[in-house]
Amino acid sequence: MWKTVVRRFLIMIPQLFVLSLLIFIMAKNMPGDPFTGKITPETDPARIEELREINGLNDPWYQQYARWMGNAFKGEFGNSYTYKVKVSTLIGERAMNTFWLSLLTAIMLYAIAVPLGVLAGRFQNSLFDRGVVLYSFISFAIPTFVLALIMLYFFGYKLQWFPAGGSVDVREAPGTLGFYMSKVYHMILPAFTQAVLGTVGIIQYLRTEVVDAKSMDYVRTARAKGVPARKVYSRHIFRNSLLPVAAFIGFTITGLLGGSIFIETIFAYPGMGQLFISSISSRDYSVITALVMLYGFLALLGSLLSDIIMSIVDPRIRIE
Amino acid sequence: MQVVWREFIKDRIAMISLVIMIVTISGVFIASLFFDPAEVMKISLRGKYAPPSAEHWLGADVGGSDIFGQLIIGAKNSLLIAIAITLITGTAGIFIGLACGYFGGWIDNMFMRIIDFFITLPSLMIIIVFITIVPKYTVLTFILIISLFGWTSIARLVRSKSLSESRRDYVNASKTLGTNDFVIIFKEVMPNISSILIVEATLNFAGNIGIETGLTYLGFGLPPSTPSLGTLVAYANNPLVMSTYWWVWLPAALFILILMLSINYVGQALRRAADAKQRLG
Repeated sequence: MWKTVVRRFLIMIPQLFVLSLLIFIMAKNMPGDPFTGKITPETDPARIEELREINGLNDPWYQQYARWMGNAFKGEFGNSYTYKVKVSTLIGERAMNTFWLSLLTAIMLYAIAVPLGVLAGRFQNSLFDRGVVLYSFISFAIPTFVLALIMLYFFGYKLQWFPAGGSVDVREAPGTLGFYMSKVYHMILPAFTQAVLGTVGIIQYLRTEVVDAKSMDYVRTARAKGVPARKVYSRHIFRNSLLPVAAFIGFTITGLLGGSIFIETIFAYPGMGQLFISSISSRDYSVITALVMLYGFLALLGSLLSDIIMSIVDPRIRIE
Repeated sequence: MQVVWREFIKDRIAMISLVIMIVTISGVFIASLFFDPAEVMKISLRGKYAPPSAEHWLGADVGGSDIFGQLIIGAKNSLLIAIAITLITGTAGIFIGLACGYFGGWIDNMFMRIIDFFITLPSLMIIIVFITIVPKYTVLTFILIISLFGWTSIARLVRSKSLSESRRDYVNASKTLGTNDFVIIFKEVMPNISSILIVEATLNFAGNIGIETGLTYLGFGLPPSTPSLGTLVAYANNPLVMSTYWWVWLPAALFILILMLSINYVGQALRRAADAKQRLG
């Protein structure tokens, strides 16, 4: 078990290395550099050249890469050219926002998916089951940004139940209860949208799991012993199918990361995804490279986590 | 063919989806013949944000250009791009997948490592970075960049199918007879997994519409001068347009929604037809 985990972990290193090289070269090739945007007719070209020299932008790329990698190991990704703060500070702030949003999304996701999946399996082929299958189908087919926009239009603008953007009401003083309530309130709509889109895997898994479990010996034994149906479901089947669902945490992380770019942009939520899009337009390399590395790392970690949980829960699929 | 038909007869929603899919796709292509892009994009400031009327069925945008016309032309562009991406990724994925599955060995190893790597990448972000660094950015480069990241899932699926298929007796028999490897791959193995390929292509097609419109929506796809479903939806980035001038973006969003749902549903029905275990009838 530990051997496989360590090996998977070791495979991550070259993958991250290739990713870093790729992203570094790509960022270096972006048209313009952070100073092009600041050139005005009054700017002295010599000053720009001087800035480039100070920031080491005139060195050969491999030197820049080595320097960048060395710093990255220390968690140091340089300074953001647009925000004038350390990249780590900037991303740290945004990452917390994204983290809370993802956490709320995950809670909602499991709260929606687990009962729907279990009940659909229990009452297989009923009207409810067909409804659930249709729902999970729609959530699978609909693109993130379309659902997000429609949600924002109806709940944000038409019904005005939820704020149309931001992460907190500016009138609330930080640290007060109202501040945190406002934060949660701002997250509900984006989190719900994302949760609705992410349920399909868990619902389908649980549904088939419960349907399969019905014909298992242990269920039949329990039923024969006179255990009421309700108890068979809540005790035996539910518990057996719940653990594998935990393995979806890994996939959920990866999935949430991909969708967060759209969700955060549309709901104007100041998280990492939105930071990425704005950094792209301002050519803020240091932020872009750090964000892609972080996303890549988290995605790898997510799949590793899934594999580990899977192999603990289900010895049949242990990684060779 | 009969199996497929039976599957659609049995499933009313799949049947409706098939009809919707055919009607919208062919409708878009036929209707686009009646719209001249230059005429549609013509700016008339008097018609700024004109609400839906007899003249403008779905109203007009900020420049007074007809939304309905833009919707038709945009849908045509989006569909053509999605078709192109599906064809490119499909062909590449099938070739690589077949080669990996059939030959195995180092070819398989090498491609599987590459595919594993691609799958762990945060591809949406990398595509966006890629798009911003391409010097001459056109529709073609856009298609190629998305295709670069799209072939892996098909290749993986085809590989696993052709891996089991290539170990079958008929392949061995053919090998003993001295049949050329390429003949075996394309004339014998491929037809046997073609049903899976069609299903996968259908679902990929829907996915590619989503990718194109999504990227365009974010501003990393087609330029605003080229109408696409994504550029129309992108108008919703302006809160005023989103809340007040709903006719500018909502029809395109609903169009994407309906198109994606119907194509996916058809794909699922095809999948059931291809897999005997899941069939309804």
